[in-house]
Amino acid sequence: MHGMINRAFQGFLVETYGREVWEEVRSVAQLRFTDFEAMLQYDDQLTLACFDAAKTLLHKHPNVLLEDLGTFLITHPPYAPLKRLLRFGGSTLSDFLLSLDELPERGRMAMPNIEMPEIEVIAEDERTFRLKARWALPGIGPILLGALRAMADDYGALATLSLDGFDGRKECLHIDIFDTAHAQGNAFVLGEVPA
Amino acid sequence: MNIQSPRADGALILPRAAMDALLPMHVQIDADGTIVHSGPTCERVVGPPGSVGRPVLDVFHIRRPDGIDSFDALMQVANQRLSLVLRQADHLPFRGVVQPLPGGAGAVMNLSFGLSFARAVAEFSLTLTDFAPTDQTVELLYLNEAKASTTRLSEHLTNRLQDAHATAQAQARTDVLTGLSNRRAMDDELKFLIDSRNQDFTLMHLDLDLFKIVNDTHGHAAGDAVLMEIGRILGSELRRHDFPARIGGDEFLIALRPAQPDDVVARIANRIIRRIEEPIYIEDVTVRISASIGIASTPAYPRRPALKQLMEDVDQALYAAKHNGRGQFSFFEPVVE
Repeated sequence: MHGMINRAFQGFLVETYGREVWEEVRSVAQLRFTDFEAMLQYDDQLTLACFDAAKTLLHKHPNVLLEDLGTFLITHPPYAPLKRLLRFGGSTLSDFLLSLDELPERGRMAMPNIEMPEIEVIAEDERTFRLKARWALPGIGPILLGALRAMADDYGALATLSLDGFDGRKECLHIDIFDTAHAQGNAFVLGEVPA
Repeated sequence: MNIQSPRADGALILPRAAMDALLPMHVQIDADGTIVHSGPTCERVVGPPGSVGRPVLDVFHIRRPDGIDSFDALMQVANQRLSLVLRQADHLPFRGVVQPLPGGAGAVMNLSFGLSFARAVAEFSLTLTDFAPTDQTVELLYLNEAKASTTRLSEHLTNRLQDAHATAQAQARTDVLTGLSNRRAMDDELKFLIDSRNQDFTLMHLDLDLFKIVNDTHGHAAGDAVLMEIGRILGSELRRHDFPARIGGDEFLIALRPAQPDDVVARIANRIIRRIEEPIYIEDVTVRISASIGIASTPAYPRRPALKQLMEDVDQALYAAKHNGRGQFSFFEPVVE
């Protein structure tokens, strides 16, 4: 698993639960280093070991932990660049959701080796979407649940999102958009970052 | 937006709304060279009072090709790649192309940001909806931002690796016990010195006397304490640019850089030996040892010696010093043919 992903999980634990929790996770997972390095690759077993350790130490249901991770990735201020990159997907929440099938390509444009989820987007009508996602590790459903909820807020849309089971290959989500302009949302100016 | 069916000659008649959607950065120019319509993104970029009603060359300055100073001249370069700027913002180059309309009805000019895209988009506060869905500028912006983020991460990693590398290298070249350089560091240093023809230096080979007795009588911890004391002595008796190293159990090499005259070297050797002979107190034990030193200096040789030669000679000098009894030093004298 790409270091960026491991690093994000580490960041989530450190920022949410404190450095001591991360140190404990590290020791239970038997990591031989103090920090994941964002630009390196790691064996998937390390990622899974850290996740299992965190889940046990924090007494959390795996889905809850993963959903919180998804929310963290979008809302934690230092990760703003990631949220910005996602906002390139569309000017409205619907456009953004429809662009999610491009996510692997977008990810690869930014980082050639990063494992991005394959997402199939089914628009049942203008306000109802179903997503089917598959990733290198199990758990992409709840991660997307947390992340997309936060993205809906960022767009200022009122939407409900829920996990919609596992179809044998893919983790499914159901999204209803009630109001695309419920709140102000955060402005997205293309040229915010100087070249 | 209704696009009328193609005429017999294949020409399309597009409503302005269709043109605006397909080419949001176009301007339509009449036969006199006056802008009669401007796409929405183009209007945003030009800003108030807008470009409509103004001669196209009053709004834009064509930089390439050269010498486009009239609408007729502009029509002469139809279909060519143009490099142009807004007269009011000439730091942001655009790309453009002009296409004449049939029957001398004027022309359409379409623009794009070219390589100034990131600055232009920031300066004009453009959003996703300012670009046609087919326009790759948004992907360029995305890529540009993604690249900036990953470059930052790479730089952080490189810096950390550089620090770790420097630390590891220092550790790999340091004798843990004495804090002096180790054999590897000394080998590198000697190779560097001998290869730099203009660097004369003096090499001392120091071997402790009676050290084995300390080890055997008081144990290895006492032996280690003695070695640490030797490290401190060499550290304080030598100048900063001299190079002492522990190269084995109780063996030390010292490179004096640059080479010193024999009388100076003799004083240094003597001082080191006297310091080492001072009693060393280790907890409740008092230890007395001494040292022998062999010395060889590159200026003493008629020709630059090979490193191997120099090492053999300094060994031989040490052997001679030991032979004279402990606490002595001895110079190697090359035989001058």
